[in-house]
Amino acid sequence: MSAVPGQTVGPFFHLGLEYDGMNELVPPSHPKAVRLHGHVYDGNGAPVPDAVIEIWQADPQGHIPRRPGSLRRDGWTFTGWGRAATDPDGHYQFATLEPGPTEAGRAPFFAVTVFARGLLDRLFTRAYLPGDPSALDADTLLSGVDPARRGTLITTREPAGLVFDIHLQGEGETVFLTYPRLRDAWS
Amino acid sequence: MESSQADINREIEVAAQQPGGPQPKTDYAPYRSSILRHPKQPAHLVDPESVELWAPVFGHRDVADDEADLTIQHAGTPIGERIVVTGRVLDGDGRPVAGQLVEVWQANAAGRYRHQRDQHPAPHDPNFTGVGRMLTGPDGTYRFQTIKPGPYPWRNHVNAWRPAHIHFSLFGSDFTQRLITQMYFPGDPLFALDPIYQSITDPKARELLIAQYDHDVTTPEWSTGYRWDVVLTGTHRTPLESDVSSDLEEEA
Ligand SMILES: [Fe+2]
Repeated sequence: MSAVPGQTVGPFFHLGLEYDGMNELVPPSHPKAVRLHGHVYDGNGAPVPDAVIEIWQADPQGHIPRRPGSLRRDGWTFTGWGRAATDPDGHYQFATLEPGPTEAGRAPFFAVTVFARGLLDRLFTRAYLPGDPSALDADTLLSGVDPARRGTLITTREPAGLVFDIHLQGEGETVFLTYPRLRDAWS
Repeated sequence: MESSQADINREIEVAAQQPGGPQPKTDYAPYRSSILRHPKQPAHLVDPESVELWAPVFGHRDVADDEADLTIQHAGTPIGERIVVTGRVLDGDGRPVAGQLVEVWQANAAGRYRHQRDQHPAPHDPNFTGVGRMLTGPDGTYRFQTIKPGPYPWRNHVNAWRPAHIHFSLFGSDFTQRLITQMYFPGDPLFALDPIYQSITDPKARELLIAQYDHDVTTPEWSTGYRWDVVLTGTHRTPLESDVSSDLEEEA
């Protein structure tokens, strides 16, 4: 069957996609809350003020959440999914928990989706946690990408959180991903 | 200097000569905003793992039934042609995507979005917001009632107009199937002039974005109807029974 092609999210996505608490997977006051944040940049290094970033992740124990409630958060259930729009400075942020490894020894990551005005189809990438060099070195994706670009997939730790900048194009361009059945659908 | 529609038409024609396949060309200069916003490096192929093999779960606690009716969100009735849009969400192997979230947003009948960035001097409709949400049924069916959106001008080039469309946001049963796209209406005279629609250079593929008028979806003396099925890409994990019953998960 032929997959339906994507189209840009356009400039008016706030109308349809925004809702209260969308970027708070946990309340920021949660004792284990971290701030995952960064900027989105275009090919000139200018901030992109009309992008949407979504994250999907395991919980700190490495369990993949199978519970509803991402749209109407109850303050207690960790659903593992959130959405953020960039502000006029091209900045986005989430309050969340750090994902744990879903299998022993595996490097935990946030699965990330990127949409923007001007971007005709969504992009996929991963934002890995820093800090476990052996797990990162053993990771199939990280060991398979150009070492010069590997850093675009790894978050940087700061006192209260993790920084993950996204470069859509040009210098420091983020490594974006495709998957076998995606590639096959388009061949 | 700003481009004219004739300039854009020429660029569309040139781009169409280089086969880009059934997905949009993200590097598509006739859509000016894409020039600095597409990756130049090819996407890196990876086997999905861990969370990428699953999709977030949404349930009835997330979406109220009346969010599927965009005509009842205010005290009065919105102006415009009342329509029902329905169809099925399927994965690339033809399996229904059940119990999953569908989000839609659109302009009003005059082609105006309820959004501060929309400066088109067409009237707002106090009785129309233009936002809907729903969950697919067990067979992947979604359905909502709305009014037909109008075409609207934008600033890609001089006198640029978008064909009438409804924005759709869809999830599958694994993360890799995530899709945001636009649904169009049959016979729109603006198709040939629109660089967003034409960024899909395979004509058969872009026609997959056009809903069909379906008389069986109409309600006598009430509304006309359109059918639009959405086929996502394939899953990398055979969906489980529990994928379709998020409410059971809620009780578990
Ligand atoms: Fe639009």
